[in-house]
Amino acid sequence: MATDTSSVLLPDALEVIVQELRGRGWRVVAPVRRNDAVVHDEITSVTELPIGWHDVQTPGSYRLEHRGDGAFFGYAVGPDSWKRELFPPRAALLSARRDGRASTDGPGDTAGTGTDDGAGFVVTPAVPDRRRSAFLGVRSCEVAAMEIQDRVLLHGHHVDEDYRARRAQAFVIAVNCTAPASTCFCASTGTGPAVRAGADLVLTEILDDDHRFLAEVGTTEGAELLDLVPRRPAEPADVAAAARAVQAARHRMGVTLDTEGLHDLLLGNLEHPRLDDVADRCLCCTNCTLACPTCFCTTIEDATDLSGDVAERTRVWDSCFTLRYSEMHGGRTRTSARARYRQWLTHKLATWVDQFGSLGCVGCGRCITWCPVGIDLRAEVAAIRADQEAGAGREGASR
Amino acid sequence: MAGLPKLAVWKFSSCDGCQLSLLHCEDELLPLLGRIEIAYFPEATRTELDGPYDVSLVEGSVTTPEEAERIEAVRDRSEVLVAIGACATTGGIQALRNSADVDELARVVYAHPEYLDTLETSSPISAHVEVDHEIQGCPISRGQLLDTLLAILTGRRPNLPQSSVCMECKMLGTPCLMVTSGIGCLGPVTQAGCGALCPSYDRGCFGCYGPKELPNTAALAGRWSELGIPADAVARAFRTFTGNAPAFREESDRHG
Repeated sequence: MATDTSSVLLPDALEVIVQELRGRGWRVVAPVRRNDAVVHDEITSVTELPIGWHDVQTPGSYRLEHRGDGAFFGYAVGPDSWKRELFPPRAALLSARRDGRASTDGPGDTAGTGTDDGAGFVVTPAVPDRRRSAFLGVRSCEVAAMEIQDRVLLHGHHVDEDYRARRAQAFVIAVNCTAPASTCFCASTGTGPAVRAGADLVLTEILDDDHRFLAEVGTTEGAELLDLVPRRPAEPADVAAAARAVQAARHRMGVTLDTEGLHDLLLGNLEHPRLDDVADRCLCCTNCTLACPTCFCTTIEDATDLSGDVAERTRVWDSCFTLRYSEMHGGRTRTSARARYRQWLTHKLATWVDQFGSLGCVGCGRCITWCPVGIDLRAEVAAIRADQEAGAGREGASR
Repeated sequence: MAGLPKLAVWKFSSCDGCQLSLLHCEDELLPLLGRIEIAYFPEATRTELDGPYDVSLVEGSVTTPEEAERIEAVRDRSEVLVAIGACATTGGIQALRNSADVDELARVVYAHPEYLDTLETSSPISAHVEVDHEIQGCPISRGQLLDTLLAILTGRRPNLPQSSVCMECKMLGTPCLMVTSGIGCLGPVTQAGCGALCPSYDRGCFGCYGPKELPNTAALAGRWSELGIPADAVARAFRTFTGNAPAFREESDRHG
């Protein structure tokens, strides 16, 4: 983001932002501490942020601890991703009412309320909620995940109308990450810890002698909001302090997933014994995919009411780890845990590139932390890579 | 009311809780009666209409020679047979006797065990007759029961997911208790349908909906051990409401 437009906000200024947005009738959704985790919910004041809390994340484990300071954003990402807001677990698609008048003329409009499908049903598409939402505290990995979901849900052959409406209503106040967890690897996937684009405003929390935020503008709407907030122009020292904090986060993460040649590595090892090993550990519980900010698999659920005259169709989160997901006429194609884990891993890290032009992984680490048995995809990839390199070494030595 | 499909509700060895789920429908019950006629349901009405029945809900497990004969007769008179509840789908809590000496248990429990005529085991309905749909749970979900009845009446497939309780926690936004608190939870191997009720109240799932599709109980039990949960607690957890379901019984046996 450009630094010539950057300015410095004091903590109180964030409250001004929240109240300004709420005054416009917007929802402000932000991290809050609930059920021993940092989750997302609507807030009425910045005092509801998990101020002074820090998360300790390892494979299959998440604990909150006091930091001993007043940091607003001193934790990494929690179990919720912004997918919950933009691509919610259940979304109404349409309802159909039987009107008992089967038309002989084929489909046509009926009084603007829906479309008569010609078989005696009036079909009414669901209307997405039109309320604006501001997302406060969005990390770089999560902005990257939104861009990935945009490519899948907006820029393909089929546009998801519910997603389009929600995405258009979203205002993104991002925060450069200065508190990565051990499970984070955005520095490996090139999606963080600094936000490069895709946000209306970008904040960096600076926690040296005086607690302040460097604010950078991403869009015109972001600039207009910032104009309403008490601030001062950023000085080189502010910019340098913010850069140091982000750089420290990058160093702390290091590179824990080697993406070099990843596509061919995985697709060249589809029968690797490590996949049998992971199948023994995998619960196929779907936690990784539902916590993932880019996974977009859904099913369609039809329900009928008591009268038998009204049917409703709902888009519901699904997962490639369920048997039902691969069900087609004639049966299910991925009946083993091995087949399902392989499908997920190779899609995230290899075939997603062929399909959508980027990795399907943003390095947020949710699939690692929120796996009840702590399966770490970095370790699985590393094991396959080590074996491949050892094999190449053996081959080289035998020549 | 002529012409409406006929519904029968049958009780085998059970506590009646699942068939009461139908009466518990309350607001939905009267509209439902506009589409289906209760032909046999002793918990609700003295009316007894002869079969055949379009839909039979069968609660309870088979534990006596008389029940083993009666379920055959119910099947013969039913177009669609739906087994409801942990007893009817797995054998229920009373299947604890399957790994014990029934005569000895009878002597301990009853003053005059000689009056009993009981089978060695408690078995699910599917062990005796063909079952069209199974609604798991102890007790079953009212919503799943209604949806299944409406699906049968409408000619569509019931919404009975066989995936994990974890999906319901994630959809509700309940953070995983195993991950945040290190407590034992059977959610990853238990079939969804309850709406992840226990985890919503900070309690680990205790598996009352029975095994999900292809449950990896060994991996979950291994994690419980890593979390410091003793083997006898693991054995008991898998041997509760649906302990006779093969996947849970085998895992329980491995731990004591």
